[in-house]
Amino acid sequence: MKEAKIIVDNKVGLHARPASLFVQEAAKYQSEISVYCQDPETKEDRTANAKSILGILTLGVFQGTEITITANGDDEEAAVEGLVALVQNNFGEE
Amino acid sequence: MIELTGISASRGMSIGPVFQFVRQKLEIKEKSLVNPSEELVRFNLAAETAKEQIDRIYKKALTESTHADAEIFQAHQMILEDPELITSVKKKIENEKISAEMAMQQTGQSFSDMMAAMNDEYFAARATDIMDVTNRVLRILLDIAETPTANLKEPSVIIADDLTPSDTVMLDKELVVGFCTAQGSATSHTAILARGLGIPAVAGAGMEALKQENGTMVILDGTNGKVVFAPEESLIADYRKRIEATRTIREEALKYAKEPAKTKDGRVVEVVSNIGNVEGAQCALENGAEGVGLLRTEFLYLEQSQLPTEEQQYQAYKGILEVFGKMPVILRTLDVGGDKEIAYMGLEAEANSFLGQRALRLCLVRPDIFKPQLRAALRASVGHNLKIMFPMVATASEIRDARKVLDECAAELTNEGIPFEDDIEIGIMVEIPSAALVADQLAKEVDFFSIGTNDLSQYTMAADRTNPKVAALSDAFFPAVLRLVREVIKAAHKEGKWVGMCGELAGEPLALPLLLGLGLDEFSMGPPMIPLAKQILRNLDAKEMEKIADQALNLESPDQIKNFIKEKIPFIAEISG
Repeated sequence: MKEAKIIVDNKVGLHARPASLFVQEAAKYQSEISVYCQDPETKEDRTANAKSILGILTLGVFQGTEITITANGDDEEAAVEGLVALVQNNFGEE
Repeated sequence: MIELTGISASRGMSIGPVFQFVRQKLEIKEKSLVNPSEELVRFNLAAETAKEQIDRIYKKALTESTHADAEIFQAHQMILEDPELITSVKKKIENEKISAEMAMQQTGQSFSDMMAAMNDEYFAARATDIMDVTNRVLRILLDIAETPTANLKEPSVIIADDLTPSDTVMLDKELVVGFCTAQGSATSHTAILARGLGIPAVAGAGMEALKQENGTMVILDGTNGKVVFAPEESLIADYRKRIEATRTIREEALKYAKEPAKTKDGRVVEVVSNIGNVEGAQCALENGAEGVGLLRTEFLYLEQSQLPTEEQQYQAYKGILEVFGKMPVILRTLDVGGDKEIAYMGLEAEANSFLGQRALRLCLVRPDIFKPQLRAALRASVGHNLKIMFPMVATASEIRDARKVLDECAAELTNEGIPFEDDIEIGIMVEIPSAALVADQLAKEVDFFSIGTNDLSQYTMAADRTNPKVAALSDAFFPAVLRLVREVIKAAHKEGKWVGMCGELAGEPLALPLLLGLGLDEFSMGPPMIPLAKQILRNLDAKEMEKIADQALNLESPDQIKNFIKEKIPFIAEISG
């Protein structure tokens, strides 16, 4: 199992185009990948399948939210690296 | 005869039979004996078919709508392939032993509800997407036609509650002469689509519209937001005449695009174009522009990460001037600040940038920006009819200061032995109320004025045109703005100077009679508007418009003024917008 924490810092968070890019990236890997975050208001724990656009959207990740990406499988290392890089580059936004 | 009133969603008029766009109700009955493995197969097949359908719509959308429209269907594809959605449906079938349609319906509804509960416009749109996809799969499972327009055989007026993006893409546009929606607004998807296709549309006509039988004749008046079902013969004849007249004007407009705009009583006005690059120049020429009333130079600065050099600017201006040969081209010096910022210029942020150091105000304190542009413009003038125009002038001294810099540039070029035309006309944009009020003084300093109505309106009305809460106040049809226009033209003519206009108002059909009546000499507008504007001007009598303009400027509001023009000059009412 491989895990990484990162703050989502692009303007719209994990919504719209960034959410779709995130899911497309996740779909490239064989590993099972999940995203965990805490609701900023209720502190409720939330987890979603990184390969599900509906799951990612309903997580409600806005700018400044910390997420934990967890991958489990043969390519878990590459999966976490790939997704972290995408978030770090602010999804190619300005 | 039943007449309904809604909102004008897309202008124009048409007559045709009613086609009710009714989606068959998706009735899902509970099955008593469910074989989960059979239901799983049914679901998998339906999902595959739905994917094929969406793929077909996506490809159709790519060829006929904007790319953004097509992206909606990519999103639909992602929803349909979503692992959580698919797992949820399959689990429901296996664990709860319910039918494929029941499982799909419950899953789609629950995801859609989750999105809708987020109270956010973006998520609300996703909720709609999920239901759109869910209903598509359900229609396949229930063996219901993909779209109700499968039976649309003759050109008809489509009547619907409201239409979804998939509905509108699948429509055979050849068979649609108009749209009428019971609900919806001028910004709904149907309205936007209708305007894009140039098909008349009325929105919000009310539920009564949905009760009209297929095949009933209907007059759809998109210009006035009216629908008349089963109209009397005389009314049909009347509308046919109006539709015919409008068509003739549009056809003639294109046919005579390159002919001058000579009014009925023989006054010839200049119709020129607003452009911002070489592509725009070609397009303007093809549409019959007699020159350029506003060459925006910002493009050179926005495309780069550093100041464009004098040489780069010279080449760019030369390229555009060559397209127009000896026709007049008015180059506006750099207009940045306010809503247009350029990072590498290192401008300080201002609390109120529309009232800040923008355009000429900035250029006068930044010779490093101003002089290369003026030198490039002067050099490019050789062999052409270039005019130079300064934006954002408030006082006479600013014009003298700007002229001084221009004279310096001219002297430098002379010393360096570089040629330029020495009889270049100099003008200013009149877009600040103070400039309009002392136009008699400013007219002595220049060769021409060009009225910028967008800024003139927002400064006169003290209403930011980019703020939706007050944007309606920033309307150039307010008599306060039009009266300033009148005074500017009078003052300039008194000094023997000519006046043009390069704001949006100059190309607006309903404004043309007023501007002609007020004595405007030059009309500058976006290339696509030129043919129609010329044709409208040809059908007006300048002397008569003077009286109409006088009366109009005594009215109180934009609506009153627009209605007055429509009433006095009915043919413009039909084609405006």
